[in-house]
Amino acid sequence: MPTTCGFAQETRVLERVRRSVASLGHRVIDGIWRTGTVARFFVRLLASSGPSFQRFGLVMREVYFTGVLSLVIIIVSGLFIGMVLGLQGYETLQKYGSTEAIGVLVALSLVRELGPVVTGLLFASRAGSAITAEIGLMKVTEQLSAMDMMAVSPMSRVIAPRFWAGVISMPLLAALFSCMGVFGGYIIAVVIIGVDNGVFWSQMQASVDFRYDVLNGVVKSFVFGIAVAVIATFEGYDAPPTAEGVSRATTRTVVNSALTILALDLILTSLMLRGGT
Amino acid sequence: MERTTIDLWFGAFVAAGFAALLVLSLKVGNLGAERSGDSYRVEARFDNIGGLKVRAPVRSAGVTVGRVADIHFDNARYQADVTLAIDKRYSFPKDTSASILTSGLLGENYVGLEAGGDDHKLKAGDRIAITQSAVVLERLIGQFLFSKAQEEPAAANGKLPQPPGAPK
Repeated sequence: MPTTCGFAQETRVLERVRRSVASLGHRVIDGIWRTGTVARFFVRLLASSGPSFQRFGLVMREVYFTGVLSLVIIIVSGLFIGMVLGLQGYETLQKYGSTEAIGVLVALSLVRELGPVVTGLLFASRAGSAITAEIGLMKVTEQLSAMDMMAVSPMSRVIAPRFWAGVISMPLLAALFSCMGVFGGYIIAVVIIGVDNGVFWSQMQASVDFRYDVLNGVVKSFVFGIAVAVIATFEGYDAPPTAEGVSRATTRTVVNSALTILALDLILTSLMLRGGT
Repeated sequence: MERTTIDLWFGAFVAAGFAALLVLSLKVGNLGAERSGDSYRVEARFDNIGGLKVRAPVRSAGVTVGRVADIHFDNARYQADVTLAIDKRYSFPKDTSASILTSGLLGENYVGLEAGGDDHKLKAGDRIAITQSAVVLERLIGQFLFSKAQEEPAAANGKLPQPPGAPK
């Protein structure tokens, strides 16, 4: 009796292990499959983005929704992050008696890293999720199918303008973010703590290089903009046409964008800093 | 009517973005203030440049007067060949000396110029003859220990070899 009971239990355990391994494999295969689909979607998107430049008004409308309406959150968070950097940096630099390097610390960390990355994350959650929800809802209410019926390509009429709006907005938002951050650091370090104004700027200018730091930051934010825009439009276009499907797609946009931005940031940084200086 | 407001917002947004980029490159990155067109290049050989990097400032009396333009290793002399780009507004006597200094305890290395008394001025392509290398902390500590050991013969037993650079 006990042997059969033990045997049955063993099979159950084995079955559970088999299922978890199978689901893991299923997830991996699904991920690879999705990557391929995203690549195909991206190529189709580029191929059908001609009309969005002929009718640039469409892109401008989307830049208004994704870029201009994100200005408040970008400017406010840039200011706060710069202020926090100023406070924290001062606290640490004070121990080494080199508080005049605070300008360098604030400017370099903002221009190189925090500007593009935090703007990308904010942009994904503020604008990317909205794009996904909008396109997903258009799909649920069969507006995309209706367009197809009328021989209007939803790819070039709905999706490409949103993609290009994201690509245009991201670098500008990141530049504004870094700018506000430096200003926030200036407020804390110079106005409130009382680091010398001239030293603050001259140390910053001596260490921040236009090509290595400012331009690389712009390149980063441009790449992040492409990534977020592709993920947001794809998840919307690919969403199952149900309320639950749209909500899941929106969540996936934010999560996947964040992960992609951070992974791309590691790759880009290692490529950019390889030369030294 | 709708279109015009959008146009306005779009224009304002793009203008603000580019203004931010401009501020970043001019105010933060200091682009434009150091074109190589209005500078002249002089060379200096150092035995050891420490942590000096390309684009490090060249200072005289604490004022930045130029940048390090190029650093390479001279394989014939086993020395570092440093090219300094000095602003055209400033001219220095021919017997100016160059030394590698550090700003603050944790600061960056820079090249300090000490003006001499020669009537002739440094011209483009000239070489600064009198140079002083960077202070390497390990060597400094080593010298300090050797000189300490020499001061106390009981501890050193008078058998320690005298380092070449130790003060007598």
